[in-house]
Amino acid sequence: MAGTLVVAELSDGTIRKATLSAISFARQLGAPFAILAMGAGASAAAGQLTGYGATKVVVVDDAVLKDPVCERYVPTIVSTVNEGGWDTIAMAASAFGKDLAPRLAARLNAGYAADINGLKVEGGSRLYRRPMYAGNAFGWLAIVTPVHVVTVRPTEFAAAEPEGSASPIATAARAPDEPSASRVAFVKLEAITSERPDLAEARVVVSGGRALKEQFKQVLEPLANALGAAIGASRAACDAGYAPPELQVGQTGRTVAPQLYIAIGISGAIQHIAGMKGSKVIVAINKDPDAPIFQIADYGLVQDLFVAVPELVRELKAQS
Amino acid sequence: MKILVAVKRVADPDNLNKIKLSPKGEIDTTGLEPKASPYDEYALEAALRLTENGSNPKQRLGEVVVVTFAPKAAEQMLRAMLGTGADRAVRVEATDEGLDGDLVARGLAALVDKEKPDVVMLGYQQAEHESNEVGQMLAAHLDWPQATFAGSIRSEDDKALVVGRDLEGATAYVRLTLPAVITVLDKIVHPKSVQSKHTPATHAYPDGVRFAALMAIMAAKKKPLVEMKLADLVTESALKVRYLAAELPGKRAAGVRVKDAKDLVTRLKREAKVL
Repeated sequence: MAGTLVVAELSDGTIRKATLSAISFARQLGAPFAILAMGAGASAAAGQLTGYGATKVVVVDDAVLKDPVCERYVPTIVSTVNEGGWDTIAMAASAFGKDLAPRLAARLNAGYAADINGLKVEGGSRLYRRPMYAGNAFGWLAIVTPVHVVTVRPTEFAAAEPEGSASPIATAARAPDEPSASRVAFVKLEAITSERPDLAEARVVVSGGRALKEQFKQVLEPLANALGAAIGASRAACDAGYAPPELQVGQTGRTVAPQLYIAIGISGAIQHIAGMKGSKVIVAINKDPDAPIFQIADYGLVQDLFVAVPELVRELKAQS
Repeated sequence: MKILVAVKRVADPDNLNKIKLSPKGEIDTTGLEPKASPYDEYALEAALRLTENGSNPKQRLGEVVVVTFAPKAAEQMLRAMLGTGADRAVRVEATDEGLDGDLVARGLAALVDKEKPDVVMLGYQQAEHESNEVGQMLAAHLDWPQATFAGSIRSEDDKALVVGRDLEGATAYVRLTLPAVITVLDKIVHPKSVQSKHTPATHAYPDGVRFAALMAIMAAKKKPLVEMKLADLVTESALKVRYLAAELPGKRAAGVRVKDAKDLVTRLKREAKVL
């Protein structure tokens, strides 16, 4: 039957929140949709997906799928698509989804729309809106093949709320690996542990630039603690070694769209703005009144950050 | 080790805020200087590091071939890449309008059948459409393993590479038995991100990509640069996707200047209601 297959993403035995954005997308299409939950421990996690109105939740639980090796995942998705006759395959635009989806599209002889942040139907044809040129333009992409593969940006497709009747669970077997799977061995996963919220999911992000120098942590952590915020950084701060690379926000780093983004000592290079301009409210603190970041900030404070940030921490406590 | 590096020519990535819409509503990059897409340059740098002893980079211990799908004007970019150390270049005559990611991937797959490299390297995405797709599609067409988002590469021998893939909040290390496709992040050009078996472990590269010396650019004029037709590589050139319209983002207007931290906190609470 025509409709959408949402490929869920598991992490440590639970469904990643970004999957709910792919479900939102499937609902917007309006056609029936199923959800494929695959991975080691998928059976236990599948219950988290039965409340979203899918026609069914297909579970493929296999210990071989414990690591995110797409050469092991793609054949099972292909066989699920062929069996169910799904015409659209949707995943979250996460690292996992963006690694896997183009490979899947090539296998299905399907067109691929990456990282979509909007959808419209014109004259019966679907158009996918996607950011390009470092956030300086959006393109409306049409896929001309019968089968479409898309990855959906969680920053623009809000997480689906549970609704609709409970979905039945169907179990299926893992399809044989691609031959190439024997040539990729998972060595290890080094998690970057942090007690802070993940950058992509935080409600508040506090980001620092090169101006913080060696005092990056010392200045930003009290503010992040006061706000329960994730910490981000500009590329310049990461390149200079003041902040670890995984904190980088921008075209070459993470894309964030929190409720509140506070840019501290960040001049506002195009490549940084590309990664944060979807934020609801932007605050800039910079001693240079001509810094480009002020052109996109809702609130600008022209002051030396080493004075302003500790004061801000004090004020947050005073006014709480 | 033989490495094929696929490069895309794009409008100057540092000035993309100057792009406009044409009267027909298409993206207009007039006035922006064409350059190599930065991540593809990083892929070339990584390929050079894998095929040399870093303390004697003039001698190539392997072969690096660069390929682009572009009009003749892109040969200048290829010559510059030959100047930095690539051995040969291939230009497949094509225009952006006649290509999509899948067609480039199929063209590359056919070229791989002729060239038989051990590794194909590309930037993880190109700086214009940012689809992050060609490497994965190529790997599928070849039935090769892929390692995307590569932030580090270590060569164990000529048959395997250990790649550190930067995912969200974690690094996943995979050992690829060659041949394989690797797409790289900017981090790959940090001083110790690429560890070639030819290079002493103590060696640290300067951060970033190398530049060609004038002498090397002159010498590179003698290096082979061949032109191919797309039809030499693929029989089916129909596109799977097409951009039908474009728009520029709404300008975020500059907001208000606040007096001090106190004023800021008050406004975030009362006006913006985000605290």
